[in-house]
Amino acid sequence: MHRAIEAIWRIESARLIAGLARVVGDIGTAEELAQDALVAALEQWPTEGVPERAGAWLMGTAKHRAFDLIRRRKTLDHKHEEIGRSVERAQESVDLDAAIDEEVGDDLLGLIFMACHPVLSKDARVALTLRVLGGLTTEEIARAFLVPVSTISQRIVRAKRTLAEAHVRFEVPGGAERIARLSSVLEVIYLIFNEGYSATAGHDWIRPALCEEALRLGRILAELAPAEPEIHGVVALMEIQASRLVARVGPSGEPVLLLDQDRARWDRLLIRRGLKALERAERLGGALGPYALQAAIAACHARATTASETDWPRIVALYDAVAQLAPSPIVELNRAVAVGMAFGPAAGLELVDALVAEPSLKSYHLLPAVRGDLLRKLGRSEEAGDEFERAASLTENVRERELLERRAAECAAQGTAG
Amino acid sequence: MRVLIMAKEGEKSEAATPPTPEAMAEYQKFNEELVKAGVVLEAGRLYPSSQSKRVQFNGKKRTVIDGPFTETKELVAGYWLWQVRSIDEALEWLKRAPYDGGTFEVREVIEFEGM
Repeated sequence: MHRAIEAIWRIESARLIAGLARVVGDIGTAEELAQDALVAALEQWPTEGVPERAGAWLMGTAKHRAFDLIRRRKTLDHKHEEIGRSVERAQESVDLDAAIDEEVGDDLLGLIFMACHPVLSKDARVALTLRVLGGLTTEEIARAFLVPVSTISQRIVRAKRTLAEAHVRFEVPGGAERIARLSSVLEVIYLIFNEGYSATAGHDWIRPALCEEALRLGRILAELAPAEPEIHGVVALMEIQASRLVARVGPSGEPVLLLDQDRARWDRLLIRRGLKALERAERLGGALGPYALQAAIAACHARATTASETDWPRIVALYDAVAQLAPSPIVELNRAVAVGMAFGPAAGLELVDALVAEPSLKSYHLLPAVRGDLLRKLGRSEEAGDEFERAASLTENVRERELLERRAAECAAQGTAG
Repeated sequence: MRVLIMAKEGEKSEAATPPTPEAMAEYQKFNEELVKAGVVLEAGRLYPSSQSKRVQFNGKKRTVIDGPFTETKELVAGYWLWQVRSIDEALEWLKRAPYDGGTFEVREVIEFEGM
């Protein structure tokens, strides 16, 4: 019974908190009311049985408490007009269960926008989103981010306080504000995904679970706001990247580079879903945003049956577009790799050499790694070996260092042989 | 985790007549709710077993058997692939499905370790 209630809670909690946040105006109170309803369920359901419409039961119970709370607040402070208005709104909806159901979508969107409000730090947005939208416990979030539980609980408490102090309203923003707020939401979702994705050691189940959670949030968001191309873009990017989760780790836990991966181990279902999401983004028209462009690059790899069939000229063109939208030395480095593949290592090397003086890449291990790779292809083994050595000394990832040292050794062997 | 839901709808699995528009509409509404919750990865319905084949392996020998098949109760009429956080969550969703007969089997898909 307990497990069934927990499962129902996981399904309903975000919608519950969202519906309550619309009525009471702040996430903290909404979450408390939702928790109260959960406690009531834990007390009553084991003896009385699970109600047929469990979600509606939880919402009804919580809303009753919400109205009591609002009434109490109203008597305490007659002058507070805003609360008065929310009481009216709340009382209007008290008999309209159907209306509540219909508004669920907008409520969820409102909650996502609130939890990802730019007034909060990135860390706070991530923690709050996982808590109120993912239904993760503070302990689970702490474990996922490898930080103490107290850090996460403080982060969440502070985030709620910041939202209240900044008088952040529960709303689905429109117009120009929508674009900025949406990009904050997408950033949070992709950060959660990357937190799980960048952990190559798969011992802790919760880190890959972060990828799944980010994907779930993205997929939900794509249905809530289907006319936003960049949502489909970020979903496409996550689906395609997730399709390689298994293939990018070797038998002893070492990282396997994209072009060396066994493509038979890529998850075809996720690739298909990713390509479909990308199509949705493209069909909506207009220029592709940064996420959709990255997804389009990932799609080029996904479509190629073997690494040698990769459409590198198209990838170069897509990187050109990314560089125009969001120029950065890292994008330039990726573009150089693609140029090297499309038009030969000499062309790639020329671009990489232009980046060597770039201060922000000074201790970035992939710069010498890429340079080493291009030099090796040009037959300049000795220089290549030096670059791989340098890359190995710069990376903090043990597995990656081993891989780079191995490549340095290969170059040294080639140098002597040649 | 991923779970495979196999719809064993008994006699209905074999019925050549399509479901009523009302039943279809109800099913679609439920499926839409699942999609909106980010649960559905894939869904499909299957033709009756009269249009299907079986291949039996016996050592090196392969035997093709034509449908229809008799064990009506075990015949799968449709499937879902869901992404859920626990088997219990899958059960909670499944219980909400608008069906009045049949057995639905819930199986967890094995995913690679380290994933």
